[in-house]
Amino acid sequence: MSRTIKVALPTHLRTLAHISDRQIELDVAGGPTGKVTMAAVLDALETRYPALRGTIRDQVTLKRRAFVRFFACEEDLSHDPADQPLPEPVAAGTEPLLIVGAMAGG
Amino acid sequence: MTGVRVLVGTRKGAFILTADGKRRQWEVSGPHFAGWEIYHLKGSPAAPNRLFASQSGGWFGQVIQRSDDGGKSWNPVGNQFTYEGETGTHQWYDGTQHPWEFERVWHLEPAIDDPDTVYAGVEDAALFKTVDGGATWNELPGLRRHESGPSWQPGAGGMCLHTIIHDPRNTGRIYVAISAAGAFRSDDAGTTWRPINRGLRSEGIPDEDAEVGHCVHNLAIHPTRPDVLFMQKHWDVMRSDDGGESWHDIGGNLPTDFGFPIDVHAHEPETVYVVPIKSDSEHFPLDGRLRVFRSKVGGNEWEPLTDGLPQRDCYVNVLRDAMAVDSLDECGVYFGTTGGQVYASADAGDTWAPIVRDLPAVLSVEVQTVP
Repeated sequence: MSRTIKVALPTHLRTLAHISDRQIELDVAGGPTGKVTMAAVLDALETRYPALRGTIRDQVTLKRRAFVRFFACEEDLSHDPADQPLPEPVAAGTEPLLIVGAMAGG
Repeated sequence: MTGVRVLVGTRKGAFILTADGKRRQWEVSGPHFAGWEIYHLKGSPAAPNRLFASQSGGWFGQVIQRSDDGGKSWNPVGNQFTYEGETGTHQWYDGTQHPWEFERVWHLEPAIDDPDTVYAGVEDAALFKTVDGGATWNELPGLRRHESGPSWQPGAGGMCLHTIIHDPRNTGRIYVAISAAGAFRSDDAGTTWRPINRGLRSEGIPDEDAEVGHCVHNLAIHPTRPDVLFMQKHWDVMRSDDGGESWHDIGGNLPTDFGFPIDVHAHEPETVYVVPIKSDSEHFPLDGRLRVFRSKVGGNEWEPLTDGLPQRDCYVNVLRDAMAVDSLDECGVYFGTTGGQVYASADAGDTWAPIVRDLPAVLSVEVQTVP
């Protein structure tokens, strides 16, 4: 079952992928139980916008880049396993998944 | 009318500066890729409107951009740089072995005769190649697997492969330089490599004339005499007359022989340019005077070029890839500074004027002579 997820991207990645809206809607495949995982969202995101490959996670190891963070529902999901289901409001499309460039540097 | 296009990479974006053949009135386009570090941009000699740019940053990593219209529009191409086979290790700062880790692309060198072929010099030092216009990149692993590889160690700026030179008369011959391993040459199009550092002496390493371990900052050749190489080393300006087999010091009367860029006049193979910098601990011009030095006799005898350059209170640096020459009848010379100025001379260095003064710190300068 596919679900429509809201994803917010940082300015640099929107520019890179030629996305004008701060938030996009993405059809993401749910797992066998209908749950949506971070890995599935990133797979769908990179399929639709190939320019984003390698900018959020390593293309080979799929490890999140050090200064990228995933927030949703006022929680930091950055350190959660990529195959863990996202919070239901994100999977339901009522709350956005925020992909954020961490505050670092000057 | 023939003109020039100067491609400028900076800490916070790329800029393209264009002028007609007189090189007096300039148009400035940019910033392209605003906010990103642009280590290098370069155009294809085979298709001058095809440009490649290395775009990187601490947050989102490496991106390669390509333009097919001279920089008016850009599109990202492939950005996967995966070391071939077993990654291996090199020497780390503390003497231990450290796995090769891709950090960024320092230099993009399009092939002379094919617009789809580009070589990329990366940190940690390795050479990659695309033959499909940047869509996919594959390592030429013979360089990294050289028997000396485990002894290579990073310089202060990282262990970067920063210089790639194709021999225009011999398509199989490629020169590269790595900080801080030294210069290497391949005679079989990048399959196998050997160090070419005989004659270099570096006080900062245990064996001053070791085969590898020298901090080579930049190499330059003249296309009509590709066996003659010029080198700016950490200290010392060097010359080889035999394709790198042996080197000799041509620092001569330079006030200091530390520096980063070196380049050769477009039409005079014995006319060479360097920008002496005070020292490795004080990366700025001697006495606050920004001077390009030119030798018209292939080294040893150098003259300062100062007309139009600041001669007091100037403490900028000129980085290794931040100097270039055009190929108009009266050779133009260009360089960018860490203070954000890009200077141009339309008379081979006799007089200079800034094209722009307040860009972000300049990392690289290339120039194309365009119809």
